[in-house]
Amino acid sequence: MPVLRIPTPLRVYTNGQSEVTVNGSDISEVLTDLTTQYPAIKPHLFNEGGELRPFVNIFVGENNIKDLQGVSTAIRDGEKLMLIPSIAGG
Amino acid sequence: MLPELSRDEILRYSRHLLIPEVGLEGQRKLKNSSALIIGTGGLGSPVALYLAAAGIGRLGLVDYDVVDASNLQRQVIHGTSTVGKLKVESARDKLVDLNPDIQVDIYNEPYTSENALRIARDHDIILDGTDNFPTRYLTNDVAVFLGKPNVYASIYRFDGQVSVFHAKEGPCYRCLFPEPPPPGLVPSCAEGGVLGVLPGTIGTIQATEALKVLLGIGEPLIGKLLLYNALDMSFDFVKLKKNPNCRVCGPNADIKELIDYEEFCGVPSHDHEEGSAGAGWDITATELAERVKHNHLKLLDVREPHELEISALPNAVNIPLGQLAARLSELDSAEEMVIFCKSGSRSARGLELLASAGFKKVKNLKGGINAWAREVDTSLPVY
Ligand SMILES: [Zn+2]
Repeated sequence: MPVLRIPTPLRVYTNGQSEVTVNGSDISEVLTDLTTQYPAIKPHLFNEGGELRPFVNIFVGENNIKDLQGVSTAIRDGEKLMLIPSIAGG
Repeated sequence: MLPELSRDEILRYSRHLLIPEVGLEGQRKLKNSSALIIGTGGLGSPVALYLAAAGIGRLGLVDYDVVDASNLQRQVIHGTSTVGKLKVESARDKLVDLNPDIQVDIYNEPYTSENALRIARDHDIILDGTDNFPTRYLTNDVAVFLGKPNVYASIYRFDGQVSVFHAKEGPCYRCLFPEPPPPGLVPSCAEGGVLGVLPGTIGTIQATEALKVLLGIGEPLIGKLLLYNALDMSFDFVKLKKNPNCRVCGPNADIKELIDYEEFCGVPSHDHEEGSAGAGWDITATELAERVKHNHLKLLDVREPHELEISALPNAVNIPLGQLAARLSELDSAEEMVIFCKSGSRSARGLELLASAGFKKVKNLKGGINAWAREVDTSLPVY
């Protein structure tokens, strides 16, 4: 099953887990599974209309889903997924 | 025409001159170049120190803050003897001692839409070491408009990111992050903390990238983002592409001049001011001390449990901000309540959450428990 890397700022919503094993064959299914496992993370990824927030970047391997097929991007078993956060500390 | 190196400079930079990728010509290029460093904090410290040592001919430092004792855990360009001094002056003194052959220009002012283009214009490269979203978007847009490379780095707790945003050759910051996160989603280092050595690791990589770009050697992180995690000791690289819909560097860009970045991000461009919930919602520490003498007030502490070991108020109930939404049933909206955190920012967001859930008798402790420690109970430490 795909493994999704959770960035530090969002780990408070995944019980501190840095990686979450998620079910699904595309990004949309994976995110549904993630928000079912950890409902508190949902408002941080999706807006009120159920769309992915523009500052949320999801990478499959080294590619941004925005450069692939968006949330319809298919994922293979065991593929590495990363949520890339916007951080501003300096 | 590149400037010549003096005998002293040849000796000083001999370890550079020995590397064929730098050599005499490269060192003269560095002497001829200039870099603008936005922020002289965690990232700005190693960046400025290493770029000065490397012999960049002219460095510009922008910061308006003064050195605070809580900076010294990571901001190694400053020192105990410069606590209370202007950061740009403290940094300049250190740099001039390290390398008297370079010119250091200081800008003791906030970097804003009014002065940014003027300050940035006569530098070859910009290094983004700020601590807030408005200044990061500003820094990006200035670099795009002036056609200059923006060496970007940011940090949080154990995580770091580095990239070279150069819109002429690749994506910009906005291509990756078209919009900032909503206010309060991403805690700042002042709220969330940061491992002191992290900006050392990340800032040193940032300085490396700047030197590569100025020398024209190697493969700078253009179109690539480095993601570092100190706990896992992981370095991940992802590809970044130019976003065709980018509002500053795309073909249909509609942002043609600098905007109001604080409005765009919904937050002020500094990360350490005392948090306030706005007019009518705040209570000061001194007022609170008076009130608790006469009335029963529920005290709600929304800090993380490990912060309670540093300082705490007696009889306060602890519900970390991240759990507040799910634990509202533990609170009584009819009861008068004062919500607090370290410095008042997280509690201001907690108050918003409570207000939207129908709590009307809540006040935010302005300046947090740190204000209480300064004004009321000086036996408590400030952190
Ligand atoms: Zn762009």
